[in-house]
Amino acid sequence: MSKIVEIKNLSVSYMPGTPLQRDALRDVSFVVEKGEFRAIIGPQGSGKSTLLQVMAGLLQGEGRVTICGQDMSNKKNRAGLWRRVGVIFQYPERQLFEDTVFNDVAYGPINLGLSEAEVQRRVKTALQEVNLGEEVYHLSPFKLSGGQRRRAAVAGILAMEPEVLLLDEPTAGLDPRGKRQLMDLFSNLCRKQQVPVVLVSHDMEEVAHRADLVSVLYRGKIAMEGTPKEIFSRGKDLASLGLSTPFASQLSMALQEKGLPVQNMTTLPEAVREVERLLRLKGKVQ
Amino acid sequence: MIENRKVINIQGVSFSYPGTNNRIVLDNINLDVYAGEMLVLLGPNGSGKSTLARLMNGLLVPTGGQVLVDGLDTADETSLWQIRKQVGMVFQNPDNQLVAALVEEELAFGMENLGFPPEEMKKRIKELSARMQLEEFLDFPPHRLSGGQKQRVAIASVLAIEPQVLVLDEPTSMLDPAGRREVLSELARLKQSGKTVVLVTHDMTEAVAADRIVVLEQGKTAFVGSPRECFSRVDWLREIGLEIPPPAELARRLRERGLAVPETLYHVTDWVEYLCQK
Repeated sequence: MSKIVEIKNLSVSYMPGTPLQRDALRDVSFVVEKGEFRAIIGPQGSGKSTLLQVMAGLLQGEGRVTICGQDMSNKKNRAGLWRRVGVIFQYPERQLFEDTVFNDVAYGPINLGLSEAEVQRRVKTALQEVNLGEEVYHLSPFKLSGGQRRRAAVAGILAMEPEVLLLDEPTAGLDPRGKRQLMDLFSNLCRKQQVPVVLVSHDMEEVAHRADLVSVLYRGKIAMEGTPKEIFSRGKDLASLGLSTPFASQLSMALQEKGLPVQNMTTLPEAVREVERLLRLKGKVQ
Repeated sequence: MIENRKVINIQGVSFSYPGTNNRIVLDNINLDVYAGEMLVLLGPNGSGKSTLARLMNGLLVPTGGQVLVDGLDTADETSLWQIRKQVGMVFQNPDNQLVAALVEEELAFGMENLGFPPEEMKKRIKELSARMQLEEFLDFPPHRLSGGQKQRVAIASVLAIEPQVLVLDEPTSMLDPAGRREVLSELARLKQSGKTVVLVTHDMTEAVAADRIVVLEQGKTAFVGSPRECFSRVDWLREIGLEIPPPAELARRLRERGLAVPETLYHVTDWVEYLCQK
């Protein structure tokens, strides 16, 4: 497996050397492999966004940071990172600016210096992936609905064919279907094309459902790291950090406290299996 | 306590935004909000929820029909101050709503505009900040607070002018789990104290606490009823892009597998109680 993100002993301070110095990240080590889906959870102010900005080459701290094989202490490498790393911050549709959807999605590929034919191919593929049809190609992005605008903005990132995707709450404000479609898209990219995804989210159901590994940030440090099952079995620790667990984990913890024989569960399919077993065990159903 | 008194009365309301070729955002909405209830507005993106919320205190005025707040027409500009005193709004992003340099000034802002006497302002700020656990932050600039704290300041500053109704447009969507819990328990307390709460949300778990749920679809009221009735229409909700809360989804999947579990298990505690019964 190759490491796409490799961060060793990273510390980031805002306004260092002044009375207002704030340590946003302290001695963080963090590795993401090719094809991995990683979630980062943590309360507000824990350093999640700072870490994402470092990975995007937008911020520099102390420590060793290598992204897609590029040493981030080199300014040129940082400046060129936009070609390799796709970043989707909250409400990306606020950055749409071109006169048509097509031109907006084409903006990145054109800047990559690709041939016109390749630009065309990428834009069409990306718009198809986010499920926007030809009928919107020549519309102003501002004529689209909220969900469509979000998808157009995402298409603009996909058309760059990034080597890694960095996502900061990409589904905030979307309805359940819009959320599911967008997350399916990221999952598929990760599974089928081995594009690693780093997802910052407060949505524990999504994290449990999608992530291979979860990193918990607290006050600028990695407080826990493990599979969703390992992390969400520590409900009390998470609660003390101001975090929560998905419904299935809450249920298994509550049932275990009552002395009922259920295993740790994190996803709904697991809950279906365990609760069915319990019901049959208790003779509540035939 | 839900009273049999209409605080907001929405009659045949339609709405289009200017410059959109009269594209209809809301189409002939008839809806009453009763004093003391918690009303949740659900609907897919673009269904008109936020627009309907903004019509409730005259931030937007209907293009057809009427919105009455305590009998006052929101289209009548001379009533607007009175209406805004009755119906307070809280938005998604507290950063867009907080204007003052310090939390204390933020709480005073609305009262100052309405010309409250200084002693009364001081008294209310004291009461409110104690009740909402903001006392230690009164001399903080809002930007030093967490998201949940900021949103509580936004709610407190609206409550300072003692509106009857609080309308909140996705107030938790930008908050972390702790912030979300803070805001939701504040809403539960407000309802307990007799306030009317209108909550716009995408989070089905938040909708469980509603007295009534209104589902908007393509600018029309597609459903009005209890959470129980709402969540029993799973197929329809899916069709329009919504889902049911995870506890209810678990029950649905088990029933699909032929197990006779009750339909009304909406919380972890409901499930524990059910599974612990002999």
